[in-house]
Amino acid sequence: MNLPENLKYTKSHEWVRTETDGTLTIGITDPAQEMLGDVVFVGDVKVGAHLAAGAVAGVVESVKAASDIYAPVTGEVLAFNTALDDSPDQLNEKPYEAWIFRLKPADPAQLATLLDAAGYAAAQE
Amino acid sequence: MALRTPLYETHLGSGARLTDFGGWDMPLHYGSQLEEHHRVRTAAGMFDVSHMLGIDVAGPGALAFLQRLLANDVAKLDAPGRALYSCMLNPSGGVVDDLVAIMLDPQRYRLVVNAATADKDLAWLRTNAGEFRVTITPRRDLAMIAVQGPQAREAVWAAHPELRAATEGLMPFTATEHGARLIARTGYTGEDGFEIALAAADAPALWQALRAEGVAPCGLAARDTLRLEAGMNLYGNDMTEATSPLESGLGWTVDRKAAERDFVGRPALEAAAPRRALVGLKLLDRGVLRSHMRVTTPAGEGEITSGTFSPTLGFSIALARVPRAGEAGPSVGTEVAVDMRGKPMPARIVKYPFVRHGKALIS
Repeated sequence: MNLPENLKYTKSHEWVRTETDGTLTIGITDPAQEMLGDVVFVGDVKVGAHLAAGAVAGVVESVKAASDIYAPVTGEVLAFNTALDDSPDQLNEKPYEAWIFRLKPADPAQLATLLDAAGYAAAQE
Repeated sequence: MALRTPLYETHLGSGARLTDFGGWDMPLHYGSQLEEHHRVRTAAGMFDVSHMLGIDVAGPGALAFLQRLLANDVAKLDAPGRALYSCMLNPSGGVVDDLVAIMLDPQRYRLVVNAATADKDLAWLRTNAGEFRVTITPRRDLAMIAVQGPQAREAVWAAHPELRAATEGLMPFTATEHGARLIARTGYTGEDGFEIALAAADAPALWQALRAEGVAPCGLAARDTLRLEAGMNLYGNDMTEATSPLESGLGWTVDRKAAERDFVGRPALEAAAPRRALVGLKLLDRGVLRSHMRVTTPAGEGEITSGTFSPTLGFSIALARVPRAGEAGPSVGTEVAVDMRGKPMPARIVKYPFVRHGKALIS
């Protein structure tokens, strides 16, 4: 499984990167894009929305299925990666570069609830 | 344990991602279903369709039997090799299955039926054989490979030059027996090509030979987007035992010209006028239409029976069963609302097929 060690993960297949300013960048994992197959639409992300941990943040649609993406921790949505409007297939090609949304965490202590690479891999067993 | 086709090992060796389909372990895709889709539209791809069942119906009563069991009239098959698409109906006019019937000779027909319904179909045929002088033989000894795309026939001839003479003159929807093989110019993609039934043991060699000619292995995922673009129904989605062919866009396959032909389901079809119709939809916003989404039309509520993202068109399309607005049915151009994840999204009723022979038929 391709799971970079410098990222955190959720059981619902998001990866989370903490930026130097404390904000979070979120995408979907390589195993997740593999399961979904060819992604054709990413959207419904509302910039400015305040989301509780585990709330639906948007949707990723492949030809095969629609899959919700979730806020890994409580926070405010800061941005949506609009490059995905024209090339949603970036999620298949480079899942760890093609981020989906950015989040400002309400409580940085919540980050401790996220999984590391080994924890995520174990959760897939 | 899941059933496996004679090409199962071949698929594993090609990196197929497998899925359960009607109890069979079948390739879903070999990496990218979109690439496979485009290969079929622009060049050539091949599908293992060995999970479908060939059923031979033979004997002096074969014609009369099939005229009784099939809603389309097998009497149209006036020469060996001619093929016909038909529904097989239950007494209430619901669809038991859809199939292709090929006349091999006047006392011998090959039916090709869906995988998930094969056992049910066989039982249905046997139950109804009664007084007819026919033998019904399932051909699980055969494998089937569908080679589809504008370059499909040339690829088959390159792989097997001896087939060229026998199949070059085949018109669409006809077939020919060549030794133990039955080669039909048919398919489920809206493209030219062949469907080849052959001895199970010979299937891996044909698959590899086609592969060597550049034919792309394609899975069920691409098969579904291709057939939906081509406006072809999928049994279990677009019609079932509970739906009439007349409410499933299949009125053209129900042949009522011979007033005396008493096929199963005919009285039920004639007892009530269809109240719903199958229509094509184009999503006018971003997202993907999926089966079972609710559709609100000016004439009432309907439901999507098949929906997908169309790789050729670049937007989402669907088939939907909606109320008929009077005799004429729902009219092309009407705007409807589709309930997508709780939000009403605008879609338009369009003509289908959506794509044929590599060309978009709607925009």
